[in-house]
Amino acid sequence: MPQKSYIEAIRDGIREEMRRDERVMILGEDVGAKGGVFGVTEGLQKEFGEWRVLDSPLAESLIVGVAIGAAMNGLRPIAEIQFQDFIMPAVDQIISEAAKIRYRSNGDWNVPMVLRSPFGGGVHGALYHSQSIEAIFAHIPGLRVVVPSNPYDAKGMIVAALRDPDPVLYFEHKRCYRAIKGEVPDGEYTVPLDRARVVREGQDIAIFSYGMMVHASLEAGDRLAADGFSCEVVDLRSLRPIDRTAIVASASKCGKVLIVQEANLAVSVASEVAAIIAEDCFDSLDAPVMRLGGPEIPAMPFSPPLEQFYLVTPDKVEAKLRELAAY
Amino acid sequence: MAMTRTETKARAGLDAETLRLMYRHMLRSRLLDERLWVLNRQGRAPFWISAEGHEAVQVAFGMNLKPKYDWVAPYYRDLALTLVLGMTPKDHILSVLQRAADPNSGGRQMPAHYGCRRLNIITTGSPVGTQLLHATGIALASRMRGEDAVTLTSIGEGGTSEGDFHEAMNFAAIHKLAVIFLVENNGFAISVPWQKQMPTEDVADRAKGYGIPGVIVDGCDAIACYRTAREAVKRARRGDGPTLVEAKVLRLTSHSSDDDQRRYRTAADLEADKERDSLHRFKATLEELGVLHQGDAEEMRSELVLELDRATEEAEVSPFPSADTAMLHVYSETGD
Ligand SMILES: Cc1ncc(C[n+]2csc(CCOP(=O)(O)OP(=O)(O)O)c2C)c(N)n1
Repeated sequence: MPQKSYIEAIRDGIREEMRRDERVMILGEDVGAKGGVFGVTEGLQKEFGEWRVLDSPLAESLIVGVAIGAAMNGLRPIAEIQFQDFIMPAVDQIISEAAKIRYRSNGDWNVPMVLRSPFGGGVHGALYHSQSIEAIFAHIPGLRVVVPSNPYDAKGMIVAALRDPDPVLYFEHKRCYRAIKGEVPDGEYTVPLDRARVVREGQDIAIFSYGMMVHASLEAGDRLAADGFSCEVVDLRSLRPIDRTAIVASASKCGKVLIVQEANLAVSVASEVAAIIAEDCFDSLDAPVMRLGGPEIPAMPFSPPLEQFYLVTPDKVEAKLRELAAY
Repeated sequence: MAMTRTETKARAGLDAETLRLMYRHMLRSRLLDERLWVLNRQGRAPFWISAEGHEAVQVAFGMNLKPKYDWVAPYYRDLALTLVLGMTPKDHILSVLQRAADPNSGGRQMPAHYGCRRLNIITTGSPVGTQLLHATGIALASRMRGEDAVTLTSIGEGGTSEGDFHEAMNFAAIHKLAVIFLVENNGFAISVPWQKQMPTEDVADRAKGYGIPGVIVDGCDAIACYRTAREAVKRARRGDGPTLVEAKVLRLTSHSSDDDQRRYRTAADLEADKERDSLHRFKATLEELGVLHQGDAEEMRSELVLELDRATEEAEVSPFPSADTAMLHVYSETGD
C-alpha cells in the first residue's frame, strides 16, 4: 500500500470524491491558485476549475453562511477556515444556523456541509495560529466534530464527511500535515464518523486522546513498555458524537486512565471523557482518572520557552503515566 | 533662491526639513524591514510580515498625528507608522527574536502584532478587522470626554470584506466620531487578488453609503499621502467626523515569510511593482527639488544602518521570557 502524508491523504480523499460527485465544491480563503496556506487544496483548482474551488473574500461568516445555503440547495460544499483561530466570525453561522437547521425545520431541511480547519500548536504560531478550540463545537448538538490523527483515517473520514447528511466539522492538526505518514489505500473507502479506535492494545493504563496527541501518547506509552507497563492507546477520532462504548470498554479493562489533549482542560473533551468514565466505570477504577492538557491561559504564546510551557509533549505524557502507574 | 511653481506644488507647502524627515522615516522603516527578513532567513526569527511598499502613507499619517495624545489601532503592516510614533527598531527586533523585553507583547505574540501602551498604540491580535471596532470605541470615549484626540485605524483591502468593516464605519459615521479608516490597498489578500475580493476597484466608493468622504491616494506618492493625511486628521480633529482613506500601495514582498508570491503572481508584475517603489520615487523627487543633495541619502543610510547594528546586538543579548511567566496576566495580578 502506498505511504502518504496526512496532508496528501486529505487531498486524495477530496480529489477522489470531487471526481465521483460533482456536487462537491470548496470555498475558502486562498484555496485556489495558492492551494491553501498549508497546501491541502493544491492542484484542485487546476483540475476542477474556479467554480468548484472558489477563492472567497476574507470573510468567515460568508464562507460558512454561503456553504450552508449551497448545501440547502443541493451542493456538498467544503468550507475551509484558514485557521481554527479565525473561525470566530463564523460561529454564529455554525452554532446558530448549521447545527439547528434540521431540528428547527422539524426535519424538512438539512445542511450536508463539511467545514475543514487546521488547529493546534507547536509551529511558532503564537496566540492566533495555535489554538485548539474543538470543545466549543463538541458541546453543540446538531454538529459532528471529527479529528483524524493519521493518513488512513484522514482520507476515509473526509470522504465519509462529504457523504454525511449533516454538518461535519473536520479538524486537522497542523503538525500532522507533514510529520505523520502512513499507509493509505488507493481508491474508495470510508471510515465511520462516530467510532473511536484502539490504536495499541494494552492492559495497565488506558490513554484517550485525539489528533497529534495520539502520537505523543504512543511515544510515551512505548517508553513505559520498556518498564513492563502496557498502555492501551485509544484514538477518539470523533469528539461529537463521542464513542461511549469504546471509552467504557478500555477504561474498564485497564482500571487506570489518562486523558491527553492539547487544549486546556476546563470544560473540555477530556472533561467529557472523565465524566463518562465516572458514570459508567466506577467499579472498575484502580486510580483516579487523570487528565493532561494545556494550561489555563488564553492561548499559546510565541516565545519558545512559553510555547514549550504550553505544549503537551511525550515527556509530559510519560511523567503523568509514571504517576499513574505508581498509584 | 525662489522656487518655481511646480516645485511649490510638488512640495504641498512642506518645508525642506519636513520632507527630509519624511524620507528618513521611510528609509528607516525599509532598512529595519530588510534586517528583519535577514534575521528570518538566518533562522533566528521564525516569522516576519513586511511593510515594504506601504511606508509612504504610514509615515504621512504618523507625522500628522500627535503621538501619545492621538490613538492608533494598527494592523500588521504598520511598521513604519509605529516607528514614526516613537517605537524603535530595537523594539521590533526584540519582538522578532521573541525576547521578554519586546514592548509589543513581551514575546507572547507573533512579530508585527503591534502595541505600545505608552504611545496609545493599542494591542492588536491576528483576527483581521477587529481593530476597526476598537478604534471606533476609542473615538467614542474621546468624544464623550470632550477631547479632540484623533484615532487612526488601518486595514488591508481584504480585511474590508469582514463584517466588522461595515459595522465600524456605520457607527462612526452615525456619531461623527474622530476616527480615520485607512485602507492600505496592495491588491492582494495573501494570494487573493482584489478582483475576487470586491466587485468594484475602489474601497473608497463605499464611503458614500455612510455619508462620509472617501478619499483615494496614490500610496507611492509620499507628498500626496502627506496632504491627504493632513486633511483627514484636520477634519477629524475639527469634529467633522470620520474619513475613509484608501491608499493604493504595493506589496513588494510575499505576504509573509511563510508565503511565496511567485506561485500566484507573474514575474513581470513583481518587476513592475519594484519600478513604482515610493522610496526610490520620493528620493528622486527630493533630489530634483534640491531637498536632498548629493550624498545626503547615503549619509542617512549609513547612520540608520549603524542604529540597526547596535539595536540588533543589544536585542540579541536580551533574555527570553522565562517559562514561569506564562501564567501571568490572565487576570489582574494586583486587583486593579
Ligand atoms: C479573521 C481572519 N481570517 C483570516 C486570517 C488569515 N489572514 C491573515 S492576513 C490575511 C490576508 C489579509 O489581506 P489584506 O487585508 O488585503 O491585507 P494585506 O496583508 O494585503 O496587507 C489573511 C487571510 C486572519 N488573520 N484573520
